[in-house]
Amino acid sequence: MSKLKFLKSHEWYSAENNTVGISDFAQHELGDIVFVELPEVGENVEAGVAFGNVESVKAVSEIYSPVSGVVTEVNEDLQSAPELINQDAYAAWMIKVKVSSVSEELISSADYDELTKR
Amino acid sequence: MLRTPFYSKMLAAGGKMVEFTGYELPVQFESTGIITEHKAVREKAGLFDVSHMGEIYLRGKDAFASIQNLITNDITTLKDGGARYSLLPNAEGGVVDDILVYRFNAEEYLLVVNAANTQKDAAWIEARLLGDTQFENASPTTAQLALQGPLAIEIVKQFISPADIPEKNYTFKTLTLEGVKIILSRTGYTGEDGFEFYCPNAYAERLFDLLMEYGRPFGMIPAGLGSRDTLRMEAVMPLYGHEMNEETLCHELGLDFAIKMNKESFIGKDALLKNPPRYQRMGIKMIDRGIAREHCPIFNDEGRQIGHVTSGTHSPTLGQAVGMIRVEKDFAASTLWVEVRNKKLKAGIVPLPFYKRNK
Repeated sequence: MSKLKFLKSHEWYSAENNTVGISDFAQHELGDIVFVELPEVGENVEAGVAFGNVESVKAVSEIYSPVSGVVTEVNEDLQSAPELINQDAYAAWMIKVKVSSVSEELISSADYDELTKR
Repeated sequence: MLRTPFYSKMLAAGGKMVEFTGYELPVQFESTGIITEHKAVREKAGLFDVSHMGEIYLRGKDAFASIQNLITNDITTLKDGGARYSLLPNAEGGVVDDILVYRFNAEEYLLVVNAANTQKDAAWIEARLLGDTQFENASPTTAQLALQGPLAIEIVKQFISPADIPEKNYTFKTLTLEGVKIILSRTGYTGEDGFEFYCPNAYAERLFDLLMEYGRPFGMIPAGLGSRDTLRMEAVMPLYGHEMNEETLCHELGLDFAIKMNKESFIGKDALLKNPPRYQRMGIKMIDRGIAREHCPIFNDEGRQIGHVTSGTHSPTLGQAVGMIRVEKDFAASTLWVEVRNKKLKAGIVPLPFYKRNK
């Protein structure tokens, strides 16, 4: 997890796997996640811009992209089992991206932990 | 922000506090969450702090006549120890609130009103009392807990004698528990069997501890506003400010069981006679993937907007997105389109309620 980079809006990016997801803090704050809306393979995502939505029982939240590029893979498991995000937010990647650039707003895992410390 | 007498207890139990109608109340609990709390109520039992609800007492020789004039339902057949659901209409036939009327005796009644409306209702009611009717707003000194779920009865039996347990739905008993006078009512807002306890603020924490002590062995857990909402949604119980407001007419809600047009007179009756319903309340299940939320516009097959979603959520029992909608009265197709984030998603009309318990 220490290899991950984070946006302050609670998304993570793994440079190793080119995957994007939301943080454990985010899943905990959202509560039971019941629906995820993700882009399709081939669509472009832009750093700092919303690419999808995650819905808990009570609320809808936008998911912002930590990177710019083209979506190469979407985690289809989340369509039928969005609760996987609650179970392990760092295993439950949402999209894989052919990255052209990364957001300048990304912070380290340690800084993100500091930011979300209770 | 206001705090109920259970605030410390809720916090200690891991309550994630949010603002609701001016009160700090738990939306869910740290170690459980909305779906777990929802399932606990459907399968075992859950305990809710509902102290934000308002309690208004009306007493006197003309209390009965005052209430008959104020509500759409008819309490002529309401017996001592009985509770009845009703709408509180305005002069135009719109809804001031939806309430429960409890009858202690011919000259003493309790009206339980929605938290958000307590001040409004108190003023509305007090200004319209007939003859000899005394008014008391007991909301600030009354605490309320709702114990809901199929095992609620077993839990209550642990510490309340059988003679003091109301047997039927929509009945209540006044009893003394550890020297304190409380009301135990077989009512709720979840679609399950259950009880609502009304007690003085000073006894609130003790009552909470008692219920936790006797409830825990049965799998009872504290539950928050989040599951209260999903539970009432599945049982299609309307919520003021969502399904109804001052502009929705009483007879547009599918609550005709609570509107007695053959009653001689009541506030708003003339307006309801004059104005036929323009809208109806219906239930939908999403066919396309997505969750319809409150305010989402609804379109028919021809693409014309015919209404909107009044409440929408993911139903934990059905594992599916459901919603209550307000659409034009003559709408009769079996499918429609809900606009969610600029996309039109297909939904199907389904018979209500979404969930009905086995009795």
